This record gives sequence, C-alpha cells and structure tokens, in this order.
Amino acid sequence: MSAGAAPVRPEEIQAAAIAGMLEGARHVAVGMVSPIPGTGALLANERSGGATRVSILGSKKTTFWTNGGSELFDLAGRGRLDAFFLSGGQIDGGANVNLVGVGDYPEAKVRWSGSFGSAYLYFVVPRVILFRWEHTRRTLVDKVDFVSAPGTSEPGVHRPGGPIALITNLCLFDFQRDRGRFRLKSLHPGVTLEEVMDNTGFDFDRPERVGETPSPDPETLALIRGPVARRIADVYPVFARSVFGVEPAAA
Amino acid sequence: MTVQQLDVAALAALVPSGARIGVTKGEQTDVPMALTLELVRRGVRDLRMVTIPTCAFPASGMMLDILVGAGCVASVETSGVSMSELGAAPRFSAAVKAGSLKVIDATCPAVYAALQAGAKGQPFAALRGLIGSDLMAHRDDWAVVSNPFEDGDPVAVLKAINPDVTLFHAPMADRRGNVWIGRNRDLLTLAHASATTLVTVEKIVDFDLMEDETLAPAVIPDFYVTALAEAPGACWPQRADGSTDLDVVRGYMAAARTAEGFADWLSAHLDARPEAAE
Repeated sequence: MSAGAAPVRPEEIQAAAIAGMLEGARHVAVGMVSPIPGTGALLANERSGGATRVSILGSKKTTFWTNGGSELFDLAGRGRLDAFFLSGGQIDGGANVNLVGVGDYPEAKVRWSGSFGSAYLYFVVPRVILFRWEHTRRTLVDKVDFVSAPGTSEPGVHRPGGPIALITNLCLFDFQRDRGRFRLKSLHPGVTLEEVMDNTGFDFDRPERVGETPSPDPETLALIRGPVARRIADVYPVFARSVFGVEPAAA
Repeated sequence: MTVQQLDVAALAALVPSGARIGVTKGEQTDVPMALTLELVRRGVRDLRMVTIPTCAFPASGMMLDILVGAGCVASVETSGVSMSELGAAPRFSAAVKAGSLKVIDATCPAVYAALQAGAKGQPFAALRGLIGSDLMAHRDDWAVVSNPFEDGDPVAVLKAINPDVTLFHAPMADRRGNVWIGRNRDLLTLAHASATTLVTVEKIVDFDLMEDETLAPAVIPDFYVTALAEAPGACWPQRADGSTDLDVVRGYMAAARTAEGFADWLSAHLDARPEAAE
C-alpha cells in the first residue's frame, strides 16, 4: 500500500491532532480501550525518534511496571507522566468528567464501569487530553450527573495537572484553565460551526474565525499508515484492521 | 510450618458469608474463577468485594458479574467493573439499576494507597487528587485534612483496606507453599494486607522457590499464604499463556443479558465444571 493513495480518514486526522499536542512529552500513557489516542501517542513516539516514551495500559508487553499496578500512579505523582487521555460518559463545559452513570447517584438510570484513575491523574498529569467520539448533547452536557474528576480546583488545592483539550468526532476544543471553559479551536474537515453548536450541550467560547483541523501531511500519513499502524495492530487488532487494513505481526 | 494443601472446594469452604474479599484486576492470569464457582455452589452470601483496583478485564469482570448475579455479594468497592472492550458487565449493571447492589465507588490510586496502608498495618494513607470529586463526597472512609508540614495545603486521607480473605490464581507454588507471582506485585501487597490468603495454582514444583535468587523476588513467602490448591485451569476463561478465551466471555455476556439467561448459564456451568476441565 502506498502512503497517501487512500483518502485521509477521520481517525488519521484525529490521531495527528493528538500527536501535535504531545510534542516534547517525555512519557505518555494511554488508558484502556483508547485506539485513536494510542495511534496519536505512537505517532508522537515515531516523530520524536523514540524520545517520547509511550506506555499503553492493559498489557505487560506495552508497559514497564515492575512494582504492580500502582507504579503508574506513583510515577505520575512524582511528575514522571506528562500526558494522559480521559474520556467520559458525560463531559461538561467545566471539563468535569463522569464515568459512573446517569441519574441521581447512588441511584442510576444507566451505570457505567467506574472512575478508574481519573480522580487522581486529572490532578497530577500536566497534559490531560479529553476525547469523546460521540459528540452529542447526550455526552457533552451542561453539567455532569456525577463528578468522577473535576475539571478545575479551588485555589490552594495541589493541582499541577488538568485538561488541555477535548477532541471529538466533530471538532477540537482547547480548555482554558484560568476561565474554566472550553474554546473552540478547529472544526474537522466537512463539519460546520452550526453542527457543533447544535450538538454541544454546554456553552463554550469561540474565536471570530474558526479554522479547520489540519489533515496530516504526506510524511505524517506515511508514518501513521506504516510503523504506527503495525504497532497499534498489536494492541488494538480490530481497530487496526478496520481503519488501516493492517493485521498484527505474527506472535 | 507448611501451608495447607487442599482441593478447591475445601479452599472455598474457608470463606465465610459476609467476608470482605480482595480480588485483583485480572490483567495477568490471576482470576480465581474455580474458587468463584465453588463459592456460588456453596451459596455464600453478603460478600463485601474489594477490587484491586478494578475488575475490568474480560475474565475478571465476568468473575465479579457471576458472584453478583448469583446473589453472593452485598457490596462492591471498585474503580471499575466491565468486560473491557467487550462491553458492560450485565448482572452488575442490572443489580445497580435495581438498587440491589451497593457500589462503593473509588479511584485506582486511592485503592492502592489504602491497601498499602493496610499492608503496613497503618491506619490511613494520604493521597493527592480526589478533592472536589463526587467520589470524595460519598465516602465516609475518606477525609480531607491539612498537611501538617505545609500551610494551606489540603490533602485527602484514606482509611486502610484490610480484606478478610484474598482469592487469586497464580502460575506456581512449591511444596512449602511459597507462591510465585511473576511481576504481578499487587498480589503481594494484597497478601500482606489480608487476614487470610487462599490461592489456586497452575502447578506445584518440587524445588524451593526461595532458594533461587532469580525467582525469589517474585515470590509470596509461605508465611502469608493460608492455604492453596493445585488446580490447573482454575483461572478459566483465562489461559495459562496469559490470553483469555473471549468466546466464553461473549457467550456468558449474551446469556447474562437477562436474569433467566444468567440462571441457565450458571446451572449448566456449575454442573459442567469448565474451570476444572483443562
């Protein structure tokens, strides 16, 4: 397959946008079931010539822990994790994340899996990138039903970390920590501002002119479809097959 | 003293109703499925499960889901329950929606910190983060205190976790009862923190694991092990090579969508003893 031959896919644009936010990071961790963030992180690793280390949780082949599952949190607490990714069943305009469920807790109309490491990593990891591939008023809400992890903290609370951005299937928002609000940064190709307004349940800031999320250049696309696709196939075989048509290397 | 060697049923008989049970997340081949099915056969009730820190891999999610569906569980303290990319844990989700299961929601590093405090015999651990989350608001065993060494620095403290009983599967043990866990060090912390540790192992070897310096750092010494059973395949549907038979998990999830389907699945599998078949 020659790079650039096939049309650019949305996943490739999203992964390239994510990689752009990881420049200079020494260590990036990718949580469970996060194939597009994983693709973006591996792209950052390839571009940096390996200087950006990537740990993909869920397998001892893609992590280096020798001190159990707490090692990720311990090294993050020591400032040794520069970037992480979080999603949520609900995310609100203050970047509060809900991974627990819908309804008046502890009652639940819908119960999700749980908060995982969010209530800690959101505080201590400097670049947390939020992602949600269903951009609707159901997922991007005015106020979450349950705060698994708050987007901002009161003055005086130790908080070197927090959200920097939210990327969806429609657009990319920056998070303004001082204002506690999102600001629309770019629309993915083919997406209109009206579409984003109609499908977003929270109020957000926007510049007078909103740009387009860039499509990856040929070099970047070659990296994504070459080494990155082969590496992500080992972790997320179903994703790699459907997006890149790549099979995992023989075990 | 040598650790008692029993069969799986006799191990399970050491678990009383109402016990606080520690289990790990199932990233490695540690899911105690044979013990779980034996607890269901015995009709154990009111277990207070503590997941270290989640049961969100396919086999571990399924194990917890079976215990919940079978009515063995009063509460689950956890940072996440699911079958990972396969989807939600069906009986767990149904029980939460029905209000019949108490979930004590946590976050992974808080579980680890509290367990480490328990392992050290200390009353609580301090941890960054947490402040301002609704997790904190609903936990009466978490509090915010002032850092005694810095002015104006609020910090969360978490009551220690000490399970009554820990259950897991491990690759091997020796005749004394030393258990080799590889780099799965959560199991070591859990054994240190727990009053009773019950282990199924893939195999029992004839040499002393503590005599080999390359193996010994990955061993839980017999001192911390209450009883064990040699039970190959007791981590079903995990396989000894670290993979999981996802078709088994998918079949379970399809059946467990309804209470009736779950009951049928359970009675068929309690009879068939798939966990002892390999």
